Amino acid sequence: MNEINPFEGNTRRRRRQGIAWRFVFQASTIVGIIVLTALLYNVINESFGLAALELEIDPASLAVDGVALEELSQEQLAQIFQANVSAGLYRRYATEKPFTERTREEVYDLVQERVIRPQLVKTWTLFETLFERDAIEAELAEKYPGARLQFFSWLNPEFVQRPQSSDPLRAGVRTAILGSLWVIAITVIFAFPIATGAAIYLEEYAPETRLTRLIQTNINSLAGVPSIIYGILGLAIFVRFMQPITSGAVFGLVDDPTTANGRTIIAAGLTLGLLIMPIIIINAQEAIKAVPNSLRNASYGLGATQWETIWSHVLPNSIAGILTGTILAVSRAVGETAPLVVIGASTFITFDPDGPFSKFTTLPIQIFQWTSRPQAEFRNIAAAAIIALLLLLLALNAAAVLLRNRYSHRY
Amino acid sequence: MTTKALDGAPSLAKRPRLREAGIQGFLFLCGALSVLITVGILIVLGKESVSFFTTQQWENSNRPLAQELEAVGASIRVGEGGATLRAGDIIRVRDEIMEVVSVDGQTLTVVRGLQGTEPAAHETDLEIFRSNRVTLGEFLAGTEWNPQIGRFGILPLVTATLMTSTVAMMVALPLGLSIAIYLSEYASSRARSILKPILEILAGIPTVVLGYFALTFMTPLLRSVFGNDTVEIYNTGSAGIVIGILILPLVSSMSEDALSAVPRTLRAAAYALGATRLETAVRVVVPAAFSGLAAAFILATSRAIGETMIVAIAAGAGPALTANPFQAAETMTGHIVRISGGDLSYDSIDYNSLFAIGLVLFFMTLFLNIISQRVVRRFREVYE
Amino acid sequence: MDERLVDSSDRVVSLTETPDMVAHDQPGSRTETNGAPQERTLETRDLRVYYGDFLAIRDVDLDFLSRKITAIIGPSGCGKTTLLRSLNRMNELVPIARTEGHVMFQGQDIYAEHVDPVEVRRRIGMVFQKPNPFPKSIYENIAWGARIHGYKGELDALVEESLKRAALWEEVKDKLDQSGYSLSGGQQQRLCIARAIAVRPEVILMDEPCSALDPVATFRIEELMRELASIYTIVIVTHNMQQAARVSDFTAMMMLGEDKAGEMIEYDETNTIFTRPADPRTEDYVTGRFG
Ligand SMILES: Nc1ncnc2c1ncn2[C@@H]1O[C@H](COP(=O)(O)OP(=O)(O)OP(=O)(O)O)[C@@H](O)[C@H]1O
Ligand SMILES: [Mg+2]
Repeated sequence: MNEINPFEGNTRRRRRQGIAWRFVFQASTIVGIIVLTALLYNVINESFGLAALELEIDPASLAVDGVALEELSQEQLAQIFQANVSAGLYRRYATEKPFTERTREEVYDLVQERVIRPQLVKTWTLFETLFERDAIEAELAEKYPGARLQFFSWLNPEFVQRPQSSDPLRAGVRTAILGSLWVIAITVIFAFPIATGAAIYLEEYAPETRLTRLIQTNINSLAGVPSIIYGILGLAIFVRFMQPITSGAVFGLVDDPTTANGRTIIAAGLTLGLLIMPIIIINAQEAIKAVPNSLRNASYGLGATQWETIWSHVLPNSIAGILTGTILAVSRAVGETAPLVVIGASTFITFDPDGPFSKFTTLPIQIFQWTSRPQAEFRNIAAAAIIALLLLLLALNAAAVLLRNRYSHRY
Repeated sequence: MTTKALDGAPSLAKRPRLREAGIQGFLFLCGALSVLITVGILIVLGKESVSFFTTQQWENSNRPLAQELEAVGASIRVGEGGATLRAGDIIRVRDEIMEVVSVDGQTLTVVRGLQGTEPAAHETDLEIFRSNRVTLGEFLAGTEWNPQIGRFGILPLVTATLMTSTVAMMVALPLGLSIAIYLSEYASSRARSILKPILEILAGIPTVVLGYFALTFMTPLLRSVFGNDTVEIYNTGSAGIVIGILILPLVSSMSEDALSAVPRTLRAAAYALGATRLETAVRVVVPAAFSGLAAAFILATSRAIGETMIVAIAAGAGPALTANPFQAAETMTGHIVRISGGDLSYDSIDYNSLFAIGLVLFFMTLFLNIISQRVVRRFREVYE
Repeated sequence: MDERLVDSSDRVVSLTETPDMVAHDQPGSRTETNGAPQERTLETRDLRVYYGDFLAIRDVDLDFLSRKITAIIGPSGCGKTTLLRSLNRMNELVPIARTEGHVMFQGQDIYAEHVDPVEVRRRIGMVFQKPNPFPKSIYENIAWGARIHGYKGELDALVEESLKRAALWEEVKDKLDQSGYSLSGGQQQRLCIARAIAVRPEVILMDEPCSALDPVATFRIEELMRELASIYTIVIVTHNMQQAARVSDFTAMMMLGEDKAGEMIEYDETNTIFTRPADPRTEDYVTGRFG
């Protein structure tokens, strides 16, 4: 009667094991969130904080009759400038542009730059600023007795409006943002029509042949090719081989074609275009696949041609997906750095790009260069530039979400 | 109302539809462009790599002739310092090309008048140029990469790449798989709808930002844990970990897709046998989704190998053959970025070497991508 | 098999390049059914359709008489849809499908080399099993087809006329700018019919047009079919025996052959098929003793 149960009663152990592993799985997921938080914390932490400035001259000592420097008139500032710099330097600035023609702001900036000459000696993070104020002040008193402490928001409206500069206090990302926008515009104009066309061809026209399969495999593989390879391709083809075109020389648009040497906005845009083309194609294919066949049948049943069917039914019903995919691909292009370094983005330009044949720098390039500098203060402006970049990307992604919601169809 | 055709013509005959044909042709060209890009990549990389291996680059050895040289005679004296000259080196004095047979201090024994040049007399202080032709064997097996002295062994770059990728996979694989299991087997749909977008945000962060993160957060973190003496400022470990973070969303979302594709019935069968949720997930669902998971890992590896900005910022400049993840070493991609930034002159050996490295990189990643595609296709066949 | 027919079809094929020579044959050749002469709008001759290597229907010879409703019945998978779709070359949209034999439309072989499938489909319209309006407004659903065919007349009038003819006008006349999807299933199907007749085809092919509808909607569409039959030649595939009996003038019975290829086993006036079929398999099927 009393049979021995051949199973050991291990349910409890198994249950405990289950709970333990469930915890592991959950924790892993939380790690992902922690990393994202750490990243944002790190960037924000570096973007704000105290900095120690050493000034050549205390601005208070430049006050005239009790009126602070900030309040002085243009002439007074020009006098201060003349009084405080060497005669040679003054002459140089005066010949560049007579002081009478300079605005008050320009002269004020000159006084700041040449007379007061603030130098960053040390910067602190937001965390240190908030919680280790005492230590900061102790360090300041000990190491930099003459320096004054000032709170900086490295990301500020001026930062976005100023051109590049080798002085972290006056550096800005205007050149880089404009460069990014130019490059992206070219990228989209080049990649979007071709990629969408390729997707339409593959989904709607391509016969089931070996060639089609080859093209498809090819596109899938291209999507996985490291971006730097596209940089090398762009360097050899757009920058070097097509130099007469990409430098604008054949169009006679550039006075001195040697300056940009083919390392121009258009070369960068085309390179990034090649890079995101496979991504757009694959996304667009998915969107086109999602259009139900019954719609195509209805259209053909009425005697529509293939293109009429595609133009009137397939595209309108997949365009939201195609655009969403394109925006996501463009976000990738906005953040791309490596290929642009390889094709030779300019390391230092201070003028705004004025067309496709301009030299350029972009926001990620700028971040890369500032990050690569050993001086700590460049980390701060790099962090500020990162926030600008992330905001740009956020805007793009928000647009993608809006598009998706606005044009989503039911069948 | 009439049943006649709208245009009244009863003919069914084809009309020339130029627009249709034109559009189709254009669209075909768009599709074919992708093949053109691939061919372009291959041609460009191939051509420049070939010139990397074939052109003789003359480099000043900085060891001028120390003694007048007659048109005959196999022994020449050279100055001190400069580059090391070894037996087997091809050298050039003015127009004459010679091969070094043996070296004895400052005296070289040479074979003269090579490669169609004529032996001639040369006066003292003429500069000696050394040929920099790189052999394929040296390229693939050499353990030193130092273009200044003509050493082009890609191994240090490859090992550094493998080091960062391995570290990255060690981070991304277990984490990514755990996340995928959690999301597909445990999480409520509400939790999923919150967690997945967060992972997507992580996937959308530009790599240059992650590079910054590696340098300003991960490296200090590692240094505070392991000590400043052990961990260098630039190191492959920190770059590798952050690459792991970069590919984590890729691994987890592809893996989750693979796990979710496993039919419900299979889980039901396991539960009906009295399996716990863990046992069902790990012993039934994961093995069933194996090829999908494998494809995800392979693709992620390929991404890790090709990743550039993180290593360019955080892994260090200067090739080094080291197995220590706390030391600096330059990867293939990192090297390309470093030498191409700035004004790289065309047809220099540096310029050509960039393409040779690119070719190696291209084939490594292409190989992995194709395998991954194969595996995915096989996986699809099983369940569809 | 009637020799004269083979003859005529062959001749027509060879003559289509010179339309004036076949003019005497227009608008269709004649056949006798129950002694009365009838115009034949569509004829199939030795029609075979393959999907890859699989022969789906074999050697179908069928005449569809002008302004009559012909029902095609038969068990599932016997190739009814396949036959229907080969009548206006919709089957070509299936990449692996291959058609052999002839389909004569008003004396012209629609599979002849020089024939444009687009032209064929304009004249031989189709209504599908599931309502499939375009995700556009009701108005656009109707107007689009006419527009692509270069309709020169008044579009509003055409839309109204088509909707009236499809017995939908009263229900939608106040919401022409709403999406076609805002309609009920039965209304959607009538919209699809209206859309089909707006391009003024000569034949309308309907593949189980009522299978997704309730009895009331079905009834309306059947009514509509009877009305349309005064102008159009209609071919309808249906699984519903009563429907075939109610609406059709002629019925073709299809069945799977020995080798799984569908074939037409009987064709006659609907009355005959449902009361005294010649083939015992037809009898089994229509009386419900089969599948
Ligand atoms: N696109 C296709 N590809 C391959 N085979 C097909 C395709 N369409 C139909 N078939 C095959 O052709 C045969 C006939 O199919 P068809 O759809 O014509 O049947 P049917 O009579 O309409 O069936 P039902 O009454 O269920 O609609 C079936 O065996 C089917 O499997
Ligand atoms: Mg059917």
